[in-house]
Amino acid sequence: MATTDQEVNELIKREYEHGFVTDIESDTFEPGLNEDVIARLSGIKKEPEWMLAWRLKAYRRWQEMDEPNWAHVGYPKIDYNSISYYSAPKRKEDMPQSLDEVDPELLKTYEKLGIPLHEREKLAGVAVDAVFDSVSVATTFKEPLAKAGVIFCSISEAIRDYPELVQKYLGSVVPHGDNFFAGLNSAVFSDGTFVYVPKGVRCPMELSTYFRINAANTGQFERTLIIADEGSYVSYLEGCTAPMRDENQLHAAVVELVALDDAQIKYSTVQNWYPGDENGKGGIFNFVTKRGACIGKNSKISWTQVETGSAVTWKYPSCVLRGDNSVGEFYSVALTHNHQQADTGTKMIHLGKNTSSTIISKGISAGKSSNAYRGLVKFGPGAEGARNFTQCDSLLIGDRCGAHTFPYIESKNKSAIVEHEATTSKVSDEQMFLCRQRGIDPEQAVSMIVNGFCKEVFKELPMEFAVEAGKLLEVSLEGSVG
Amino acid sequence: MLSIKNLHASVEGKEILKGINLEIKAGEVHAIMGPNGSGKSTLSQVLAGNEAFEITEGEITLNGENLLELETEERAREGIFLAFQYPVEIPGVSNLQFLRTAVNAMRHHKGEAEMNAAEFMKLAKEVSKQVDLDPAFLKRGVNEGFSGGEKKRNEIMQALLLQPKLAILDETDSGLDIDALQVVSNGVNALRAEDRAILMVTHYQRLLNHIVPDHVHVLAGGKIVKSGGRELALELEERGYGWLGIKDEEEAAANSAN
Ligand SMILES: Nc1ncnc2c1ncn2[C@@H]1O[C@H](COP(=O)(O)OP(=O)(O)OP(=O)(O)O)[C@@H](O)[C@H]1O
Ligand SMILES: [Mg+2]
Repeated sequence: MATTDQEVNELIKREYEHGFVTDIESDTFEPGLNEDVIARLSGIKKEPEWMLAWRLKAYRRWQEMDEPNWAHVGYPKIDYNSISYYSAPKRKEDMPQSLDEVDPELLKTYEKLGIPLHEREKLAGVAVDAVFDSVSVATTFKEPLAKAGVIFCSISEAIRDYPELVQKYLGSVVPHGDNFFAGLNSAVFSDGTFVYVPKGVRCPMELSTYFRINAANTGQFERTLIIADEGSYVSYLEGCTAPMRDENQLHAAVVELVALDDAQIKYSTVQNWYPGDENGKGGIFNFVTKRGACIGKNSKISWTQVETGSAVTWKYPSCVLRGDNSVGEFYSVALTHNHQQADTGTKMIHLGKNTSSTIISKGISAGKSSNAYRGLVKFGPGAEGARNFTQCDSLLIGDRCGAHTFPYIESKNKSAIVEHEATTSKVSDEQMFLCRQRGIDPEQAVSMIVNGFCKEVFKELPMEFAVEAGKLLEVSLEGSVG
Repeated sequence: MLSIKNLHASVEGKEILKGINLEIKAGEVHAIMGPNGSGKSTLSQVLAGNEAFEITEGEITLNGENLLELETEERAREGIFLAFQYPVEIPGVSNLQFLRTAVNAMRHHKGEAEMNAAEFMKLAKEVSKQVDLDPAFLKRGVNEGFSGGEKKRNEIMQALLLQPKLAILDETDSGLDIDALQVVSNGVNALRAEDRAILMVTHYQRLLNHIVPDHVHVLAGGKIVKSGGRELALELEERGYGWLGIKDEEEAAANSAN
């Protein structure tokens, strides 16, 4: 049988569903980056002095840093002076107080993306802090959250309204000098999400932010900070799509999570940014720093991600397990096709006693794509009785794609235990023949087999996200067998 | 129903089927026997449209329609079902999901409404009982960690669910214990119908005590060398293939090399 390469290619070729550009007048900075630009940005956002100082410190640090080149990806050199560092919907003076006040064009965009806010409000009980380009324009469900004492707002608001929390925790997990992209983000971050869950509170709903990159030539520098105070619990969902365009767009977000004693944070991502066309033209550069710190004892941070988009992805959601008995988890599905390149994985840094971590990574490569898992498991001298379990599976579709695994282990504690399992498999001709013999279309068969391969990760996702993720894989794959 | 004329097929340049002729009418059960490596599975796979095999000559029609022009999945939707000699595993895909996808693909083809999860669950449970397979198997990955016998029962369950026009059973009786053989035979007998044909490949005449065939064929060296009724199987059991002047595989290979 063997579905031919030709068929495979046709199936993979399916066009990006979310490729459209919203026609909204943007108020955009001219391209370029210097201290003045940062001061202007900070001024527009009416930030306090300390914030500007913080940004400038980051900028100076960043200027001394070199762009990393160790990731298993290649992309043209980025000219940071050709990027515009601020873009906002027109009516910024007069930010909408409710959905009725939101630009209808914008609401339409959300609708095309399948996120009708009106519906969502009533339906899923999900609070949506929607980020359109750089400024949050619609936030729902603030009330029930406020009742529970949960703060869920844009990071810009938090800087103004909760300066103590922000000053205490911003940069505490991902400092200025952590890496090149985090440094850049610290200097120029536009907006993002802030969450604080107070002591003993179980957040009454899943919190969710949808991102969308829009204005042409605008870099996106989201900044997210989530703090779970003692004994609290929060589940956060992040999902994004981007309109189709030709120029590559840089996205360098920073996400910081802080879990205090007995607190739990669950962070789930479905990422579907424009991957570029079938010839590798266009697409988003996604250079993200995501890290959680389990600073309290018995705390837990769990990352779940489904990555299908972006031309180049460089992303390692990590956990610093400082508190004794703290737990870090990383569940990942990364799918690449055409010319997509992904270098993703995690870092589990065990510092406290009896800390434990689990890594389940599922990489799927199709077309001419390249998919790398890069993981670091590190045990500090104080990590008595710590343990890690890593399972790294790769699935190849066709024979022109690549999968690479780079597991690193560093141990300064002899009592630490690491278990590592890795497999590489192909969607086999026999499996395809079985499915087709039962009347199933080849593309549906591939999607079913791939979904089966990802099952362990999907079951970690909140229900509505799991469905979305399954759909996303189907769209991204549509055929692809060798 | 099924008509095979002068069928030649090869794999990797090596000819396996060397001129098969076979007519199967609706309502009939045909058994194919023959030494290891004689081409029985190849014939089964070729009928189902496995592209690993190249058809170099001959024709296959199903109710007058040229099968060779159809893709595997199209043949399946026209009613060809193959119970595999070695069912493959699909890790992580639940049997239930797999079966529902298959049943719905068939229904879609016939212009019928798809079955929802609840409806299908009910049907699948009934059918799994028919082959004495615990409904817990529906939740497991397709053939994942199934024992040999369980895989075979799972294949028959699929045939019962999909209700094909032509069911090809490639050694569905191999590796079954006595009770399972009875269960599988009952399943196959339940498939027997006026408008359905069954082609079963087997090595054991004892299966034919349970499922009494209308015709028995002996396939050797890629050709049907003898056809007869039920009694042919008994005769083979008694006298072996040597009685038909068939050499064993190695000898045949050695000869063809000359
Ligand atoms: N994919 C393949 N590549 C190479 N040779 C093959 C392939 N498939 C089948 N063959 C060869 O074709 C011949 C017939 O095989 P087939 O599986 O049809 O035999 P069979 O009659 O079903 O045997 P058994 O009774 O052992 O199941 C064998 O010599 C086998 O090795
Ligand atoms: Mg065989």
